Amino acid sequence: MTAIHERVRPARRGIARGPLSAAVMQKLQLDDPRDARAADGAAASRGSDDLAAIAGDALAASDGVAIDDDIQLALFLLYACAYGSLDWIDPEWEWHPELLAVRRMIERAFERELRRDVVVGEAPPADAEAVAAALFDLTAPTPGPSLARYVAKRATLEQLREFVIQRSIYTLREADPHSWAIPRLTGRAKVALVEIQSDEYGGGRPERMHAEIFARTMRGLGLDARYGGYLDRVPAVTLASQNAMSMFGINRSLIGAIVGHLAAFEMTSSLPNRMYAEGVRRLGFGDDVADYFDEHVEADAVHEQIAARDLAGGLGEARPELIPDIFFGAAACLMLDDRAADHIRGAFEAGESSLRPEGDDV
Amino acid sequence: MSEREVQITACADGPLLVRGAVQVIGEDGQPIDNPRRTVALCRCGASAIKPWCDGTHKLIH
Repeated sequence: MTAIHERVRPARRGIARGPLSAAVMQKLQLDDPRDARAADGAAASRGSDDLAAIAGDALAASDGVAIDDDIQLALFLLYACAYGSLDWIDPEWEWHPELLAVRRMIERAFERELRRDVVVGEAPPADAEAVAAALFDLTAPTPGPSLARYVAKRATLEQLREFVIQRSIYTLREADPHSWAIPRLTGRAKVALVEIQSDEYGGGRPERMHAEIFARTMRGLGLDARYGGYLDRVPAVTLASQNAMSMFGINRSLIGAIVGHLAAFEMTSSLPNRMYAEGVRRLGFGDDVADYFDEHVEADAVHEQIAARDLAGGLGEARPELIPDIFFGAAACLMLDDRAADHIRGAFEAGESSLRPEGDDV
Repeated sequence: MSEREVQITACADGPLLVRGAVQVIGEDGQPIDNPRRTVALCRCGASAIKPWCDGTHKLIH
């Protein structure tokens, strides 16, 4: 990195996890998106290999896109170009053809893998109540060990901090992935999504914005609440959960999936959040730290009804051809969130960290 | 629906969703702060945060 870049981009650069994330990171940091040569995919500057070729190699060599740290970090950075969530990324990269081409390559492989792994049952009829009932069946609480029960009863302070760090990738930008869907919807489903999102974004009160409530929880636990502050520490399973949301949200062709994702997300939130709040208080913290979890017990009991009946049900009734994708998105949400939760609980039960080690450069 | 008109939606096997300006009075006769524009009232009796719903009905069916 040159002195000039250090001056104008005092960025938290992040650590690459393999050749693809290294190439994406290097491009975002060192190239100029306004440079005509950089815009020409074939003539990548600074003598680096063609990004698409590196992506092709990474995808061909991967054992699974959803568990591949290198690919998931690259995809996360590519989405950050659109969100603006990492301030060191120049906004001009958002529509850069070479980056969009690579993002598309990863997305196709990721979506194909999710459609292969996700189990979707028979689609309900195109009736809002039938769609809602089928979603409540799909997301019904299950007995047995869970991360929420572990946090409620057993987690140490360090494990609670880790859990919050893992959640921060989504929650410090809570609701944003689903907001991409607003202009793609109409009628009842749109009204429902905006009603939910308005509540997520504080209902007119910035201090009640969920991302801001979560930031207070992080600070209360002595953690860094800046977005991406722990990006280097979160594993592929956590990034995959976030990236799937971004992929469903940002691609209009996946409108059914992002709607199903939000429904499943809301429908599996109230009960676990009660247990997270219990764990927070068991460890001696007060309402200020528990606020985020308390808020979600109450808010998501409202949101799940709106999401199931009016958002997913309304969309399914208006556009029956999207019903299979609504259930694909819902089931993908459950699968990816379960994988992330199982990873964290597995590490905790083994007395290990669920995070990547610090300074683990490739 | 006019802005002042209250709408109550009965959710199958779930809470009552209430939209509009309502005041909920607690057992002690004091008004309970409405936490959000749309609220869900428990109607299974099992919620830990009554009068609001907390999703517990899903565990008791």
